[in-house]
Amino acid sequence: MLRIGIDVGSTTLKCVALDAEGELVFSSYERHFSKIKSTAVSMLDCLMKQVGDCDVSIGISGSAGMGMAQELGISFSQEVYATRKAVLEKYPETSVVIELGGEDAKILFLSGQLEVRMNGSCAGGTGAFIDQMASLLNVETSQFEELAAKSTAIYTIASRCGVFAKTDVQALVSQGASKEDIACSVLQSVVNQTISGLAQGRRIDGNVVYLGGPLTFLPTLRRCFDMTLGIDGICPKNSLFYVAIGTALLSDGCCHLGELKKLISDYEPQRNFSSLQPLFASKKDLEEFKERHDCDVIPQIDPSGYSGNAYVGIDVGSTTVKVCIVSEDRHLLYHSYEKNNGTPVLAVKKSLQEFMEKYPQIKLVRGCSTGYGENLAKTAFCLSDSIVETVAHLYGARFFYPEVDFIIDIGGQDIKCFKVTDGIIDDIFLNEACSSGCGSFLQTFFASLGYTASQAAQLAITSKNPVNLGSRCTVFMNSSVKQAQKDGAQIGDIFAGLAISVVKNALYKVIRCLDPRQLGHHIVVQGGTFLNDAVLRSFEQELGLDVVRADKAELMGAFGCALYSISKGAGDGMISLEELRDFEYDAKNVTCNGCTNHCHLMISTFRNGRKFVSGNKCERMVNPSAFIENPEELDIYAFKQKYMENLDLCSGQGRERIGIPMVLNMWELLPFWTAFFTALGFEVVVSGSSSRQTYLDGQMTVVSDTICYPAKLAHGHMQKLADLGLKKIFYPCSSYNVDEKMGDNHFNCPIVAYYPEVLKHNIPFLEDGSISFINPYVSLASRGKFISRMHECLGSSKSRVAKAADCAFKAYDDYMNAVRTQAEVIIENARKKALPIFVLAGRPYHADQEVNHGLDRLILQCNAAVISEDCVAWNEKKQKRDVLNQWTYHARMYDSARFVLEQKDMNLIQLVSFGCGLDAVTGDEVRRIIRSGNKIYTQLKIDEIANLGAVRIRLRSLIATLDERSKADRSGNGR
Amino acid sequence: MKKDAEKMTFLIPNMAPIHFGLIRQVFVNFGYGAVLLENTSSKVLEAGLKYVHNDICYPAQLVIGQFIDALNSGKYDRKHTALFITQTGGGCRASNYYYLLKKALKRSGFEDVEVISLNLKGMNRSKTFHLNPIMMIQAFVALIYGDLIMMLANQTRPYEKHQGDADAMIQRCLAILGEKFSTNRGYLNQSMRANFRRITEDFAGIPICRIPKVKVGIVGEIYMKYSELGNNHLQSYLESQGCEVVLPGMSGFIFYGFDNVPTDRHYYGGKFWSSIGSGLMVRIMTRMERNMLSIVRKQGRFEVPSSYHQMKKNASGLLDYGVKMGEGWLLPAEMLDLAKSGTMNIVCTQPFGCLANHIVAKGMIRSVSAMTGANIVAIDYDASATEVNQENRIKLMLSIARERLGE
Repeated sequence: MLRIGIDVGSTTLKCVALDAEGELVFSSYERHFSKIKSTAVSMLDCLMKQVGDCDVSIGISGSAGMGMAQELGISFSQEVYATRKAVLEKYPETSVVIELGGEDAKILFLSGQLEVRMNGSCAGGTGAFIDQMASLLNVETSQFEELAAKSTAIYTIASRCGVFAKTDVQALVSQGASKEDIACSVLQSVVNQTISGLAQGRRIDGNVVYLGGPLTFLPTLRRCFDMTLGIDGICPKNSLFYVAIGTALLSDGCCHLGELKKLISDYEPQRNFSSLQPLFASKKDLEEFKERHDCDVIPQIDPSGYSGNAYVGIDVGSTTVKVCIVSEDRHLLYHSYEKNNGTPVLAVKKSLQEFMEKYPQIKLVRGCSTGYGENLAKTAFCLSDSIVETVAHLYGARFFYPEVDFIIDIGGQDIKCFKVTDGIIDDIFLNEACSSGCGSFLQTFFASLGYTASQAAQLAITSKNPVNLGSRCTVFMNSSVKQAQKDGAQIGDIFAGLAISVVKNALYKVIRCLDPRQLGHHIVVQGGTFLNDAVLRSFEQELGLDVVRADKAELMGAFGCALYSISKGAGDGMISLEELRDFEYDAKNVTCNGCTNHCHLMISTFRNGRKFVSGNKCERMVNPSAFIENPEELDIYAFKQKYMENLDLCSGQGRERIGIPMVLNMWELLPFWTAFFTALGFEVVVSGSSSRQTYLDGQMTVVSDTICYPAKLAHGHMQKLADLGLKKIFYPCSSYNVDEKMGDNHFNCPIVAYYPEVLKHNIPFLEDGSISFINPYVSLASRGKFISRMHECLGSSKSRVAKAADCAFKAYDDYMNAVRTQAEVIIENARKKALPIFVLAGRPYHADQEVNHGLDRLILQCNAAVISEDCVAWNEKKQKRDVLNQWTYHARMYDSARFVLEQKDMNLIQLVSFGCGLDAVTGDEVRRIIRSGNKIYTQLKIDEIANLGAVRIRLRSLIATLDERSKADRSGNGR
Repeated sequence: MKKDAEKMTFLIPNMAPIHFGLIRQVFVNFGYGAVLLENTSSKVLEAGLKYVHNDICYPAQLVIGQFIDALNSGKYDRKHTALFITQTGGGCRASNYYYLLKKALKRSGFEDVEVISLNLKGMNRSKTFHLNPIMMIQAFVALIYGDLIMMLANQTRPYEKHQGDADAMIQRCLAILGEKFSTNRGYLNQSMRANFRRITEDFAGIPICRIPKVKVGIVGEIYMKYSELGNNHLQSYLESQGCEVVLPGMSGFIFYGFDNVPTDRHYYGGKFWSSIGSGLMVRIMTRMERNMLSIVRKQGRFEVPSSYHQMKKNASGLLDYGVKMGEGWLLPAEMLDLAKSGTMNIVCTQPFGCLANHIVAKGMIRSVSAMTGANIVAIDYDASATEVNQENRIKLMLSIARERLGE
């Protein structure tokens, strides 16, 4: 009797047959493009041709096969369990199995205490992720290995989930990094993701076995694992089929192969997915809809009949480049829309050259660029201007619909929405990295199921039962789609559901509107994603309002740029045809050694010596005239960092050493604790500011992949202290923070309060006591209690502790006062220079450069000054809030927001750590306070992603808006 | 009772039908016309997503969604309806539910509907409702009864010869207790013991057939742990997979709440009077619990769960008793207790992104399983977490559990 195992993965189907001795007699591996049943039947057909209609037992595995197994009464094996079964059968000596599949990542610890880890709901897939990255780079997945093997440099790519990594890859692509290096960096990020997400404190060593598609097809990926883990893993024969083999081993029942085939081919999945209203109730609706939107067209003229001046707009987006050439009277002469294929400059060059050669009678007098690669394009083609994307889109939309009051643009990777009041951008919403992946997400999804975008849209608008996929981040949608497939949804239903969920995501997650009807009355939608009629329709349905979409929705950024150029009048022209003809450029990677950041710089050099540098965090080497030598005069964050570095730790006096990790609340309490311990006669060793490496050093022991980045960094800090040879580490717990008497209570957030416990129970050298970890529960809120508690915990005499406490409380007060005093200096400096002042409101630990990713410096570069919430909050009197105001740090944010309302030249930017649950409460409240005073509320969500592209757009839009507002104010006053 | 209250309907979100059904009886007994919400359609979550910040925890979305959906249904006269919501007053975001509910009511146009905060700290006092000490103690009695019934039913249902016996018995017990409560009986020692005995005997009378089954414990964030709406009917699912489910009682959470006050006083000072009051409550509840457990033990058929104090003591050295946000130290203590008393398979439930559970659940699972060899799976619940992924993880845990059962 043969034993058959079928493994239904998210993208592929695997089938094996084992004979009585357990030898593999048949195996087949295919992408199923969601057609699970027919793929399975054809595989069984092949098998039957080979072995005839013999007796078989059968088992099914894989989450997409769960429904089928259940309904057909076939035995189902959980896939990890099946893997374990197969591995133990073939390689009983195995200690760890690492298996990557289409969308799953798993680690099995087989030796010792059995543990199995699967990726959490917030970690994007791996195989599908690599596919997505390959399509971003415009290479076949099969070429990926070839590229990666040739890499010379590795860039940091966020490893938390696929969507984040994509942001980084797209930035690298736009900056012109080589495909080889990006490919290898992608693989390394998969390795980091697997380890940090799944190892959860357990060491991966011993005999490691690699399984699954990506690890089978990509030797470089295996090498990355080997190197990172310091192991020598093996990838056995038939590594693709282990789940299926295990399933076959676990199979039961007995029937003829022919019967089985019939059983499966007769199978009709039950339709019980949750479905929504169809997009179009009738054919008439559809026709009306098409007719209405066909009217909105950009006026075009044939360039061959035109001579004179023309203006160029270039939009270098994340995945595509768009070029528009517009006549003086605002008619579109030429447009192009191309995938940037990782080399945006060449794509633009091709378009421009084509136009210039064909229409020599037209003179291109001025050009303007926008998008991720705006500066690159500006330098490459000698353009006069570059503008931030939001402004470009506003110009485009206003042309179309002068009374426009709301614009939403869903592009390849970004969602940008903004309110427009009196022709000025009023309120901006950009997608956080978490909910990004809109257009390109849809496209990749369609492609993975074997459809083009227009085919998919066509299927979607005729769907009768669109699947309800929710409105969450797109990573979640993969599994929702899986579920719908399991429940028997048609492909058109899925596509319609995807379109609806993209819209809901934009409305409810990005804009966070409660009543879509209040967005505006004159709404313009832009961006390539809206070319999909299903998306457009569901947007209108959700709003209950007809909106305007230009026929070339995807070009609006570029078109807006061209219009902006026209408004500026003829300029100095741009690159000439001759130059374009022998246009060449060279991109080189260098590491900047100007400071300890060691930025990876990408230098693009063009023919006539023009150079463009990207990847730099500061201007020191790149543009020295713009570099600010003493940032602490305008930036409180720089001041805080310096203050912390210069504390007296009593080093080099031969005292007993005690380590303090520079994490979370230590960013405010370090002065307190160093003063306390030095007064007790210790030398204090501080782990210092974090870097990316800090995170990597500790990622093995991070237990929760959705916790905030500042907490994850703590693991690296402990490692650093251990590496410094410390025998004692101090890091106290406390439910309560200092009591500033400004709120209803003075709690810490649960993470700040108890994170030492997580460290203690998950880091081996703390667990086994080889380093003594002192984490008493003690609060600074009551001085008397503090002394008796520390006396109890440390055993020092009460009088010594009391003396040390005196020093400590004084040091804390000194620090808080120093920050306030310095803030006054900064405000004065800024006002002297008439610079806008931003209150970058977060928590004390946002002063860590690795946490804020140099945001404060970015604001400085935008010619503004930076202070923080604790500088100004104390100016306010206690006031009742609409929420329970029970956390000390958060109370400061509310109060600083109130302070900002009273200051004409100040604006507030709220910093929010990804995964910080409290900010769901505080974000709404701070927004309410800020909006009550007619100021603009800006929230920046930060995580481990180091790419500041989206943040920069936001800041620049904000500054452009503030400029326009003050201009409008001035002209208003003049009247 | 305060004036006007007799005309009012008080809505209670349904977290655990047995316990909350009994507590409802207590409220009714005091003249507050309380209604346990039974609406669980997809509209509940839709309302939650619409009116609550989407990054806030899942229980808030469900509880608030349930209220708004109920108000939308038109069944309740908004002028005479009030909503009950609990407020722990701890450092996690759950203490903010009261305010989130108020915001949501404002946004959905029910601003005039009164919200009553159920808490022990005197926050947000209500004009129409007053929680007096007698009522509070009676509510705790109801919880103990609830724990007993739940525990007996859970130990009976998987083995019952006649399907449906255990559930029918639950209904019978609820009816009998409801009747006793309505005549103000069943709260004091003597009658309480008699009731405990009767309930235990009744369940012991159900014919069963013992076959070895996989025992699975459920722990986690309190709403996710008990609410079927929240955890996608986790208990029924596990039972359909042939498991016996062990659910630690709800009184543990109340114990823990009171018992934390003296710890807090020790660590941070102050709180003299509330510390005394809490100590008293712990003593009262300890006696009730002791009575209940000894009756179950004497009866002999059922496995007797650990008492609160036993469980706490066993967990010493695991997570410090100072961790008091969310389920705090109690959660790993429950896991440890389950494993040590033979329930080696545990599902740990939490809302996606739950702050406290980063520490007390995910942060401690490794330690607990290293100490006991327990087979623990953590499941996140969320508006868009799909059942198929949750089921798949649970299936993995079950595969290992079955393998061990076979050994």
